Amino acid sequence: MTDIIKLTAAETAARIASGELTAVEVTEAHLARIEAVDEKVHAFLHVDREGALAQARAVDAKRERGERLGPLAGVPLALKDIFTTKDMPTTVGSKILEGWLPPYDATLTQRLRDADVVILGKTNMDEFAMGSSTENSAYGPTGNPWDLTRIPGGSGGGSSAALASFQAPLAIGTDTGGSIRQPAAVTGTVGVKPTYGGVSRYGMVAFSSSLDQGGPCARTVLDAALLHEAIAGHDPLDSTSIDAPVPPVVEAARSGSVAGMRVGVVKQFRGEGYQAGVLQRFDESVELLKELGAEIVELDCPSFDLALSAYYLIAPSECSSNLARFDGLRYGQRTGDDGTRSAEDVTALTREAGFGDEVKRRIMLGTYALSSGYYDAYYGSAQKVRTLITRDFEKAFEQVDVIVSPTTPTTAFPIGERADDPMAMYLADLCTIPTNLAGNSAMSLPCGLAPEDGLPVGLQIIAPALKDDRLYKVGAAVEAAFLNRWGHPLLEEAPSL
Amino acid sequence: MTVITELVPFDEALATYDPVMGLEVHVELGTRTKMFCGCSTELGADPNTQTCPVCLGLPGALPVVNAIGVESAIKIGLALHCEIAEWCRFARKNYFYPDMPKNFQTSQYDEPIAFNGYLDVQLEDGEVFRVEIERAHMEEDTGKSTHVGGATGRIHGASHSLLDYNRAGIPLIEIVTKPITGAGARAPEVAKAYVAELRELIRALGVSEARMEMGQMRCDVNLSLRPNGTEKFGTRSETKNVNSLRSVERAVRYEIGRHAGVLDAGGTIIQETRHFHEDDGSTTSGRVKEEAEDYRYFPEPDLVPVAPSREWVEELRATLPELPRVRRNRLREEWGVTELDMQSILNAGAVDLIVATTEAGADSASARKWWLGELARSANESGRPLDALPITPAQVARVSELVASGDLNDKLARQVIEGVLAGEGDPDTVVEKRGLKVVSDEGALGTAVDEAIAANGAIADKIRGGKVAAAGALVGAVMKATRGQADAARVRELILERLGVEG
Repeated sequence: MTDIIKLTAAETAARIASGELTAVEVTEAHLARIEAVDEKVHAFLHVDREGALAQARAVDAKRERGERLGPLAGVPLALKDIFTTKDMPTTVGSKILEGWLPPYDATLTQRLRDADVVILGKTNMDEFAMGSSTENSAYGPTGNPWDLTRIPGGSGGGSSAALASFQAPLAIGTDTGGSIRQPAAVTGTVGVKPTYGGVSRYGMVAFSSSLDQGGPCARTVLDAALLHEAIAGHDPLDSTSIDAPVPPVVEAARSGSVAGMRVGVVKQFRGEGYQAGVLQRFDESVELLKELGAEIVELDCPSFDLALSAYYLIAPSECSSNLARFDGLRYGQRTGDDGTRSAEDVTALTREAGFGDEVKRRIMLGTYALSSGYYDAYYGSAQKVRTLITRDFEKAFEQVDVIVSPTTPTTAFPIGERADDPMAMYLADLCTIPTNLAGNSAMSLPCGLAPEDGLPVGLQIIAPALKDDRLYKVGAAVEAAFLNRWGHPLLEEAPSL
Repeated sequence: MTVITELVPFDEALATYDPVMGLEVHVELGTRTKMFCGCSTELGADPNTQTCPVCLGLPGALPVVNAIGVESAIKIGLALHCEIAEWCRFARKNYFYPDMPKNFQTSQYDEPIAFNGYLDVQLEDGEVFRVEIERAHMEEDTGKSTHVGGATGRIHGASHSLLDYNRAGIPLIEIVTKPITGAGARAPEVAKAYVAELRELIRALGVSEARMEMGQMRCDVNLSLRPNGTEKFGTRSETKNVNSLRSVERAVRYEIGRHAGVLDAGGTIIQETRHFHEDDGSTTSGRVKEEAEDYRYFPEPDLVPVAPSREWVEELRATLPELPRVRRNRLREEWGVTELDMQSILNAGAVDLIVATTEAGADSASARKWWLGELARSANESGRPLDALPITPAQVARVSELVASGDLNDKLARQVIEGVLAGEGDPDTVVEKRGLKVVSDEGALGTAVDEAIAANGAIADKIRGGKVAAAGALVGAVMKATRGQADAARVRELILERLGVEG
């Protein structure tokens, strides 16, 4: 039954609903896959075998009682270890939260449970979602299923690797500067950063509150839409959650089309640092869009050149405050409490031992950027740039319906290559960051393999805030055209593990 | 490292220096739930039983603003004649302390909800002093640390600390004055009157009980001196947690003397926080602010801006009660009492009780008489505040009604009050049970008067001879015979009538 793990989420749910498959069979097949390959991939930090099977049995019982099943009932999912779960530890990839069992479920976790999704376990990530390679996890790196010596992207590398290695048909990611889209791009999967406020952040451990956004990861555009619909919507527990209907993403994914649409190509999203094969596949995608009936419009968004700098002031600033609570006094790890040391000393020792280098680097950067005398020059200026970027997007969306770009300048790089060069690592998010700063929505989906290394390339589609459905409409059309061209899904070309 | 400084006597200090004060008052709002979560704010619960992921600052938890908290802040702002921001944000004040779960306090920084106001306070002699208000902003309270094992209860010398987060997240409004200048020798009195007036105002608004002894209202006193006739402010000290009206006055007085001592000796004032000591009214150095503390404020990204509509603000303005000072002046005039009397009524906590008693039908003079006399005495003896006595304004009004109608005399009325306080029932029941009606049967009274005249022939003769004042002795005899249950005035009338003398 290896076929079960290759099914899309939509197909899986349909077969469970029709009785062709049971949720338990589906869950067992995925647990067996995890057993077989995850030692090599290391996508999961925690697998909840019993919990997953119990949830699957509950779905089967529901069906037997003749109850209506939701569109994702019984479908297994890999949850990024940044969302709190009452029944599973939540570590955020950090030693400082090792063994922490939260007393509450995140709103997103609760919505997955309400949708009868089967949560297989928690996936690996860069510590506190800070990174683009998952190498910053305190629990060791994750391998890219296309080449296990390469990175699966980050911070959500566990989730993208789980999808690409068929350990789960659905996964959840979070995207602060590209942590859903860049992993999707380098693993040949689909990832969506919804409009800021579209998916509740309650119970999602904060990195940078004004940028963080949870979202769906899948292997197809329709699966991503189904998951998007299940997790999105207003949450009274999150003040920044949007109190408006969820855009019709599933409907859009089912009726993919770009005919008559105006598609923008931004001048600033190419140039030095972009891999030739990535640009080649991107240019082909633009040609494809034209063939499909889209009008291509050249755009100039000068402020985008400043996005990375602004991001690396705002995100660390917010992180320096968000992570202040990790002091070892109330939960998680505590180091050096020998009964003689002061709370302050124990906190210092706990942080020294509990936080990794990248987290410490960003806390220091942010503390500096917020300090009096520097606030205006750093945090204040970055906020101004943010406004400029938002305006550039607004102007752009007066002329176009969506914008396309490469998701990330290069394909998956070897593990270790950029580990000691934070700046090189930060460049991976060059094309994704402007969207986080402006708060609008974006998707990455596969657009082929780079000729020089045979690794997946991602196409990014960017839509205005609250118009997430456009991503799915365009994404579904592109996906169908590529499927037609390639004759099979891209992931079929990945080596078997 | 303790530097002993001679305190300069108050008057001497004022001869040289001009005090400048700044008062920061924190008021805990009486909302049912906390500022950013649904946890109860009730006092007295077991430690850490009124907490949740939000107020414990657990990873992933997010705040949601308490709308009643915002409403209360606006009401306070309006009552202080402040402008109300059309748009303002919360800010994070970053600092480390174990009783603060997130290691930042959600507060407001450069965008307070209310700003630029004033409060007129009345001093004991009736002079009105205007205290300018800089701002009133919303924030959350911290948890409570209890330091165990040390001698003083302070962290110094303690072996460990206990943390109770029940208080963490309780809504606070911080009200900050502009520098108060021009008070001169009256600075301690102004400070006290301001805090007292603010307390009355908060209570009148119904947003908090503002009980200082319960920590519902806490005051920090900033004080500096400048040589008389100069403009530039001196270096200030900040005396923290001065938590009674009397202490506010004493802290200002002490700091004036201390600052003057340091300055006179050619020293410089260190900008520092100081602790106030209730026992002797002194202050001692707390932590020295070597450099201005850097709280790294920035707008709270987890909350959306607060943008109270003008319509809502006007609706709230329309519901504001009469300001306490205005009300006091109105009542003082209505009751026809002096400023001094009014002050003692106020100090006794009797204003509202007297108002309620008059509203229940009593005239204000008798309401005042009872509450400030018999009842104040009883409260004093039992160590309770006046409003905690087991008697209602309506019951007091009934007693005074019975006196006015002649059914009770003063002495009997006191017994009725005593009965009500003892839990014997309402005034009518007590009258009934104790048999305390004035003897109004003219026949019985007449007999008693005749008997008294017969038994005291010599006195009766004096009265007949024009010594009307002697009638008192006969009245006494009659009252004695009727066991006090006669109306003394009527008895006197009857005596004079019988003896053919004009009263």
